[in-house]
Amino acid sequence: MSASRLTRRRAITLAGAGVAGVAGVAAGAGALVGDSRGPAAASDHPAGAVPFFGEHQAGIVTPAQDRLHFVAFDVITKDRARLVEMLEEWSAAAARMTAGRDAGVLGAVGGMPEAPPDDTGEALGLPPSQLTLTVGFGPTLFRDADGRDRFGIADRRPAALAELPKFPGDALQAPISGGDLCVQACANDPQVAVHAIRNLARIGMGVVSVRWSQLGFGRTSSTSRDQATARNLFGFKDGTANLKAEETDRLRDQLWVQPGDGPDWMTGGSYLVTRKIRMLVETWDRTSLAEQEEIVGRTKGSGAPLGRSKEFDEPDFAARGDDGKPLIPEHAHVALAHPSRNNGAHLLRRGYNFVDGSDGLGRLDAGLFFIAYQRDPRRQFVPIQTQLARHDVMNEYLRHVSSGLFACPPGVRDGGDHWGRALFG
Amino acid sequence: MRTTRFFALAAAGVLATAGVTACSDSTKDEAGAAGGPIVVKATDTACEVGTTDLGAGTANFKITNSGAKVTEFYVYASGDRVMGEVENIAPGLSRELHVELPAGTYETACKPGMSGKGIRGALKVSGSAQPLTADAALAGATDNYQRYVKSQTDALLEKTEEFVGAVKAGDVAKAKTLYPVARTYWERIEPVAEIFGDLDPKIDGREEVIEEGMEFTGFHRIEKDLWQSGDVSKDGPIADRLLVDVKEIVAKANAEKLSPLQLANGAKELLDEVASGKITGEEDRYSHTDLWDFAANLEGSKAALSALRPALEQRSPELVKQLVTEFANVEAQLGKHRDGDGWKLHTALSKAELKELSDGINALAEPISKVAAVVAK
Repeated sequence: MSASRLTRRRAITLAGAGVAGVAGVAAGAGALVGDSRGPAAASDHPAGAVPFFGEHQAGIVTPAQDRLHFVAFDVITKDRARLVEMLEEWSAAAARMTAGRDAGVLGAVGGMPEAPPDDTGEALGLPPSQLTLTVGFGPTLFRDADGRDRFGIADRRPAALAELPKFPGDALQAPISGGDLCVQACANDPQVAVHAIRNLARIGMGVVSVRWSQLGFGRTSSTSRDQATARNLFGFKDGTANLKAEETDRLRDQLWVQPGDGPDWMTGGSYLVTRKIRMLVETWDRTSLAEQEEIVGRTKGSGAPLGRSKEFDEPDFAARGDDGKPLIPEHAHVALAHPSRNNGAHLLRRGYNFVDGSDGLGRLDAGLFFIAYQRDPRRQFVPIQTQLARHDVMNEYLRHVSSGLFACPPGVRDGGDHWGRALFG
Repeated sequence: MRTTRFFALAAAGVLATAGVTACSDSTKDEAGAAGGPIVVKATDTACEVGTTDLGAGTANFKITNSGAKVTEFYVYASGDRVMGEVENIAPGLSRELHVELPAGTYETACKPGMSGKGIRGALKVSGSAQPLTADAALAGATDNYQRYVKSQTDALLEKTEEFVGAVKAGDVAKAKTLYPVARTYWERIEPVAEIFGDLDPKIDGREEVIEEGMEFTGFHRIEKDLWQSGDVSKDGPIADRLLVDVKEIVAKANAEKLSPLQLANGAKELLDEVASGKITGEEDRYSHTDLWDFAANLEGSKAALSALRPALEQRSPELVKQLVTEFANVEAQLGKHRDGDGWKLHTALSKAELKELSDGINALAEPISKVAAVVAK
């Protein structure tokens, strides 16, 4: 009895401070309140915690988790101070949630009975599940459609954050594209990812408004050599040749923004491209195995490049069959996307499968939520996608319905730092 | 144990001595601090206030609108903080405003046409009145809101009688005009009405919430006939029944005194009503007059918070500031959709316009959801 009264009293004092809008309280006071979701396990355990603070944001080279909740926001306030305050509050909440704690200081059940809890509660009792939260800033945060400098940061917009060109065949839907801010939540438990996004959206009410969001399952890439390659909804291994966390030199060249690349606030960050790609799975499923493999350029079973025997064998584009034709057709997906055809450009992909139910015609509303990080989209995603959009035979089975481009700043260093500090500072 | 904790907290609250002055006795304020109503003569171009120098305490303004436009009267503290307001004063009518004013400088404003900054005048309040403890401020809130409920239920009864009359006379056009007007008064005080479980669905139930064996009656039943078939010839008994139910709820509502916590929660629930039923157009699915209800819910929410304002000012001025900002934001957003004296139809708004309103309501409802805890502190 006395223990619970003590907790309650402390909770009320903290609630009073919270009303005054002191965001900093969240980080400091966290230690006072018991961890309601149990201690974090080792970071390599699927249920464990991934460190939030660091040089780079977590959720980029972090071994791809199984589940995704991605959300894009519009900023609806004109008040720069409110936006920065929200980013501070988000960072404090993210540090807590990625450690497996509640979003707020009081928690889902620690506050006053008369007040709505500062955590929504659906993750109570769940472990951190390797939750990572990764934030990005869209081009429209810097200037709106009318060219207005919205928050006095237009001159800090990196040249690499240039709007993507319209690719042939794009069927983009504006309401599910773009956004001023994005948050990528990845976790091994969908409930943990959804909980994180829901709480950030709530903290942001009045400052940001959810523009669109996407749930994903079944990672379609591996970002570490320890991970087996997963399959996409076409049934093929995806991400065999992906950039991996272990390739430090290549990550420096291809993934992380380097000093001198653009404005300093992006150094150590990365550019994120998202594409929602609807897959017409019913027609794909009626395609012969041989044709499917020719379209992809790999065998469906092992994932080996056509003409080779093991998954990680290098594709041999010169190899020809008995009929004199290339074993990997010139317009196969793997050929068009290969670095050798794109000035050595690589991407770090960490996309997810999605199924948004059915489309009313009895077809699965399904596909790939493509996510790619890179040092400069103008030299990486844009040329690769241009090739694919023009020539990829797979396009017959694909529709690009949403597109997003975001500048993901470097990592949050410690409790005194927050997302966007260098940009707005 | 809840009660024990509550008392302990109330005692703590007294330590935070109140700076706000007011009169806690609701029966006495007819006289007002200055000894009688301050006469305000409002026209379309002028706003003459009887005196611009007052003693601290409860001021009682009597506003007479001799202009041609519907007007409003406000008393603002610095930064356009609303101390008191009367809305919808029709041409030729008089309305009273009781407002508690501690010493300070204020502005009065008439708003002919109910828009813009209005015709402003200075108001000085000096001296001091009995300081209140935190609890008296809450008691005052209850009294204050009770007066609001009285004014709204009077109008609800009057407008429902007119509506019922038009339905029974088969005057479809007139009934359609009166439908959103009568509902306005209902929607402003809906959380009070919801206390009386079985009456709310009888008066305001929608077709899908009516249980097996229960009859579909009330506003929405008549709404359906008015807009769908245009035939209300068989609705006489339904209309009579509506009036009986409204009379009953009016009597009950005036006998009920809401606790400050109920007030705080009522203010939030009104916005939840907007967020769940009005934004989507579910509520008035035949007439599409949802924006009338939206505006009324917003006004009702504001009235409940205005009643709590003296207590909130003492306990959390930051929160009050946030509420004032967000109310102004939603009012500005909603203001874009005015249509004459009323509101555009829900169907006339684009998806982007509805999303803007939804964002505004969310931005307001977040701080409002914190009010109950501040009141309970």
